[in-house]
Amino acid sequence: MTALAIDVRGLTKSFGPTRAVSDVAIAMPKGQVWGFLGPNGSGKTTTLRMLCGLLKPDAGEGTCLGYDILADSARIKREVGYMTQKFSFWEDLSIRENLEFVARAYSLGRMNQRVDEAIERLGLGHRQRQLAGALSGGWKQRLALAACILHEPKLLLLDEPTAGVDPQARRDFWDQIHHLSAEGLTVLVSTHYMDEAERCDRIVYIAYGNVVARGTVQEVITSSGLETWIVEGEGVRQLLTELSGKPGIDHVAYFGAVLHVSGRDAAALERAIATFRALPGFTWTKTRPSLEDVFIDLMQRQGADKR
Amino acid sequence: MIRWLQRTWAVLIKEFIQMRRDRLTFAMLIGIPIVQLTLFGYAINTDPKNLPAAVHIIEESRFSRTLLSALRNTGYFEFTHIVTTEAEGAKLLKEGTVAFVVTVPAGFERRLLRGEAPQILIEADASDPSAASNALAAIAQLPATVFARDLSEAGASPVATVPVDAVIHRSFNPEGISAYNIVPGLLGVILTMTMVLITALAVTREIERGTMENLLAMPITPGQVMMGKIIPYIFVGYIQVMVILIAARFLFHVPMIGSLTLLSGVLALFIAVNLAVGFTISTLARNQLQAMQMTFFFFLPSILLSGFMFPFRGMPVWAQYIGEALPLTHFLRLVRGILLKGAGPLETAPHVWPLLLMLTLVTLLAMNRYRRTLD
Repeated sequence: MTALAIDVRGLTKSFGPTRAVSDVAIAMPKGQVWGFLGPNGSGKTTTLRMLCGLLKPDAGEGTCLGYDILADSARIKREVGYMTQKFSFWEDLSIRENLEFVARAYSLGRMNQRVDEAIERLGLGHRQRQLAGALSGGWKQRLALAACILHEPKLLLLDEPTAGVDPQARRDFWDQIHHLSAEGLTVLVSTHYMDEAERCDRIVYIAYGNVVARGTVQEVITSSGLETWIVEGEGVRQLLTELSGKPGIDHVAYFGAVLHVSGRDAAALERAIATFRALPGFTWTKTRPSLEDVFIDLMQRQGADKR
Repeated sequence: MIRWLQRTWAVLIKEFIQMRRDRLTFAMLIGIPIVQLTLFGYAINTDPKNLPAAVHIIEESRFSRTLLSALRNTGYFEFTHIVTTEAEGAKLLKEGTVAFVVTVPAGFERRLLRGEAPQILIEADASDPSAASNALAAIAQLPATVFARDLSEAGASPVATVPVDAVIHRSFNPEGISAYNIVPGLLGVILTMTMVLITALAVTREIERGTMENLLAMPITPGQVMMGKIIPYIFVGYIQVMVILIAARFLFHVPMIGSLTLLSGVLALFIAVNLAVGFTISTLARNQLQAMQMTFFFFLPSILLSGFMFPFRGMPVWAQYIGEALPLTHFLRLVRGILLKGAGPLETAPHVWPLLLMLTLVTLLAMNRYRRTLD
């Protein structure tokens, strides 16, 4: 058995004239948690679907849990838990009925016990008779996760699982993920949230179907070659428009009550900000760029959304 | 094998629960038969011509030949079979191969020459009274002069009175009551409409709501989904059948001569064909609206060309060919045959095999079309 949970090369998929994924390679060791990032329409969902046998790649090869992704999709389906981006359980079934359906669909033994355990673990006990359609976003997401891990998969593929979920529920969700990972589960999760990306062992950044950055968070930041200055002070937001577009400044963003001014050419960046640094009332600090700075930079370099 | 059943069972339970929750649809399924029965209770009369007839001539003569050509000239009769025994004629009539059996008895010529009005026997399949009535009326109006030339050539004096005494037997529905024909037909029409529509929607709904992605990510095969989705609606189909049969018996007093066991066997087959058609539609449609439209595309010819609304034999040949390809056409012949004529397994066989063939073909198509991936 290979130590890689996912080992694919050259994955390519087109829908009509649009190339959704082109030549994507992922080699992911077992037991890790990887983040899959990229702007909307970058091919994250398509890649995940190809990994679990929901879409047939136009080109490419490889294995998922040691099974060939082209020939063995039936076996892959049995050992992979896939959580769809949109809630895809039956809204006219209760929580319990949904879980029972999954248990039967995977021909799991000890159905009642398993369903009881799953409900217990997720703290859904008092709501198990409630129709899934009546649940809020956070509870739906909990149900979906419970259903995805009911058959004790070896690999979890999660497609933007925390979209539209409140911060507390997101934190609980990630505690679950880390807990499952400690039990030996491999998790590949796509997300738009930087804090979630920072919770991953490694990240893969995909834009317009191509992998453009990969590694640990530190590696991705370092390899970006980006320099970032943080500007603090009363009314610092007013500087945003003045700084934007100056030669040497690649982008300016206001978040966390401070202004992030970034550029890839350190010298050019310093020249561009020199006059502004003389302004009174603002503190300028040179810092490591955050993951968000790096992603905004990556997105801008890839151009506008081509879809 | 156990796993196969288990997965089918999974889908089946899910469908039952969903059906129970969707109260309006369930009410429609039971309400449709009642409403349609009241609406269509009595109906439609038309004037089909060239109905197939068998002729049983016991004593060949120039007069019998003249009689046949006179009948042919009314435009209603087309003699397709010549039989030599009474039983043979009765069998053709029961199978529905012919609509009439005309018997010219022994001594026909002799009695005619003697100036007596000899009898001829016309047995009509009156299970579809509108199809038979005009033809029968035409016989009564055979001109008195039909045999004039033959008689003078034979040297006998032409008679002024009616030359023959046509004895008419309306088999299977002696009083010619339309409801006897319409109500069993409605059984087929209602089953076609609800069964096709409900399965067409059942699968399309999964696609529309996005749950299909989930279903496909699970180790459930197309066959399991199909079985699991079809079986609950077979039950619904039988509930509809009971409603209609009870109404037929007590509201319309339709005779039920044949075996109800045979009927329920035939019903199972017919329901299965319709469900398979619905499942096929659902693999072609992208959303529930499309599924609905396709269902009606299938439903309209089923009503118009199957012999439910208009007598089958009144249609041009090309339309009859289309009719033969519809499950409802064969089912109508079966249900009328069993209920009104008391047809047994032997007489039903000619219409059972086309249904079996359709079931096989449609199921194969559905399994082939069902997408295992989201492509």
